[in-house]
Amino acid sequence: MSELQIVLPRFRRRNLAAGLFDSRLNGLLTLACLAVAVWMFMPLWRWAVNDAVWTGLAPDCGVDGAGACWAFIGAKFRFIIFGFYPPALQWRPALVILGITILLFVSARPQSWRKWLLLLWLAAIPLCWLLMAGTLLPPKVPTNQWGGLPITLLVSLIGLATAFPIALLLALARRSEMRILRTIAVLFIECLRGVPLIAVLYVAMLIVPMALPADALTDKLLRAQIGITLFVSAYLAEVIRAGLQSIPAGQTEAAYSLGLGYWRTVQLVVLPQALRIVIPAMVNLAIGILLNTSLLTVIGISDLLNAAKTAATDPNWLGFHSEAFVFAACVYFAISFGASRYSIWLEAKLQART
Amino acid sequence: MLLRIASRKRYEPGFSKPGSWASARQWLGPSPFLQAAFLFVVLAVCWYLGNNVVETMQRLGLKLGFGFLSQRANFEIGESLIAYSSSDTYARALLAGLLNTINVAFFGCVIATVCGVMLGIARLSGNLVLASVARAYVEIFRNTPLLLQLFLWSAIFHSLPAPRRAIEFSGGFFLSNRGIFIPRLIFDGPSVFIWLPLAAAAAGVTIIATRRRFFGQRFYATRILVLSVAMFVAVCWATGVSVSAELPARGGFNISGGLSLTPEFAGLLTGLVFNAAATIAEIVRSGIQSVGNGQWEAARALGLRPGHIMRLIVLPQALRVITPLMTSNYLDLTKNSSLAVAIGFPDLVSVANTTANTTGQTLEAITIIAAAYLTLNLAVSVLMNLYNRRIMLREERRR
Repeated sequence: MSELQIVLPRFRRRNLAAGLFDSRLNGLLTLACLAVAVWMFMPLWRWAVNDAVWTGLAPDCGVDGAGACWAFIGAKFRFIIFGFYPPALQWRPALVILGITILLFVSARPQSWRKWLLLLWLAAIPLCWLLMAGTLLPPKVPTNQWGGLPITLLVSLIGLATAFPIALLLALARRSEMRILRTIAVLFIECLRGVPLIAVLYVAMLIVPMALPADALTDKLLRAQIGITLFVSAYLAEVIRAGLQSIPAGQTEAAYSLGLGYWRTVQLVVLPQALRIVIPAMVNLAIGILLNTSLLTVIGISDLLNAAKTAATDPNWLGFHSEAFVFAACVYFAISFGASRYSIWLEAKLQART
Repeated sequence: MLLRIASRKRYEPGFSKPGSWASARQWLGPSPFLQAAFLFVVLAVCWYLGNNVVETMQRLGLKLGFGFLSQRANFEIGESLIAYSSSDTYARALLAGLLNTINVAFFGCVIATVCGVMLGIARLSGNLVLASVARAYVEIFRNTPLLLQLFLWSAIFHSLPAPRRAIEFSGGFFLSNRGIFIPRLIFDGPSVFIWLPLAAAAAGVTIIATRRRFFGQRFYATRILVLSVAMFVAVCWATGVSVSAELPARGGFNISGGLSLTPEFAGLLTGLVFNAAATIAEIVRSGIQSVGNGQWEAARALGLRPGHIMRLIVLPQALRVITPLMTSNYLDLTKNSSLAVAIGFPDLVSVANTTANTTGQTLEAITIIAAAYLTLNLAVSVLMNLYNRRIMLREERRR
């Protein structure tokens, strides 16, 4: 998406002088901005660095005039990252995070966009789930004990992956000539895009158990995952539709005239071009999903944000909410910022190639 | 594609018009039986799920339907724009929640637009410090979850000093953990005329803003401002309404007078505004950058000043890019206001949630939430599309 494309100013000396003090007005503006920035950031700096307590226990942080209590983050680090997962088994979520990170880095290179990568992901995600649940390697850990970063990562990745086929069909249906199919797709997409994610999660939490036979889908996380998948599929469908629309009609007509059927045309001619165009938009959507999974906190699933929130209610470390939130914000920021840089780089690369 | 074109074709004399079955088939598109089968499957699944819900509710002893709306709600709402007490009905409680949602969404959109446009222009400034500060702001607020930002704002507003030691700004602004206190305008005079000055000012704005539509004249913001203020003052003078500002003041254990915003409302509004402003800044920046450099150069060659270039040449073209994106941003802000439930502001979702918990009418409560947001979304998109039609390229409009 060109929306995120940012031209980095090069900090050469000539540029710096031109950008800061080339006219009297500009010089004044520079000084004023610096003054405001210093005035606003000094208290923050004092809180976060100067007066901060880096080591020790809760009483050390309770001192009057003390700033941020980073010792609290040190003590609760494992809890914020892994939630209520049994401490002896925390190598499992750690392994899941590591595996997902490596996979993400591997799939970031356009050279590795081959069939094996797709198969790797299709194998890796269920494997992560099985490893977390301990199905293959007892003891088992029920999903209500999962928490922290693995939940955030797994729910967003699984959401994106499972939403993809649904979104593809929805996008095709919305552009199809078949009136009933098109109407159903439009209704589905617009209704899901029109309501807040919280409402969708409430439906998944409260209505779905009523709508299904008594003992089906008792797992809360699974239900939330279904809600998120459906929500994402509506947004992803619109992204894919944009890609489909950008393919000139001549391509389809040429394929038809060669005697290809609808599905072969879509598979061989339309999709490879359309999907390539919308990859940067999909990366941006993925960032949005990652940030939106924090809403799981509202329905009581212990994702990263909720784990951070819960950490601040530990009786030994009471009330360090701001520190917990700032730490969680840093984790979210690191992932999203990295991904948004990547999408800019990717867009430039893909444009250069075509 | 071919079929759709054919269905719009006017039939020349000599050709026979297709019969009703043929038209219906054309309207339906290819493979009607497959489509009918699909529709049947979808309806069957819906019926199965709906049936299960009804059965479960019957088992729990709940009656399906909206009859509960006229019962006594028996719960309090922290703040509401209309008079509400716990002896009122659920319907009134939900209405209070809906009005709170609309209130926060409206002010959120207005303030976020102002902040976002300023930020977006700052992002493009030639001054490196200003541009970098704006860029850092945008990156931070776009790359962290909104819910986390709301938690943080809520924590900040709740940790402000007690009213007795409230932080005071000049001009009668107080920050305290009981809320934010700002000056309020007080209209005093014959009660019939109280709203007349404001109505007159609104009429002034409307007249000038729509003049272009009827007389083809341009309108300028300064002219609108001057006329509306003039009409306001004139009507005040004519009807004997006096206007004064009531400043909040410390008194006893609390701050009295003025307009007070609760910490929840202030937290939600601040969070939504800060978050949306970052997105709007990016939209404005990309919109302005979408206007080619040649336009600037041509305008400079004509001898126009930068302010004029911006207002007369760049902005009108940029608005075409900006408006649709802005619409979806307003819709997002409205939907995001539902996160109020997490920080204790009684918006529609929060009230509906309480209603569902106390009555057990979950299905109805969620239906109300969905219907309300869909309607709000529809209203915002209709308004913004009207505006979009106005600023579109002429050729595009004719299509």
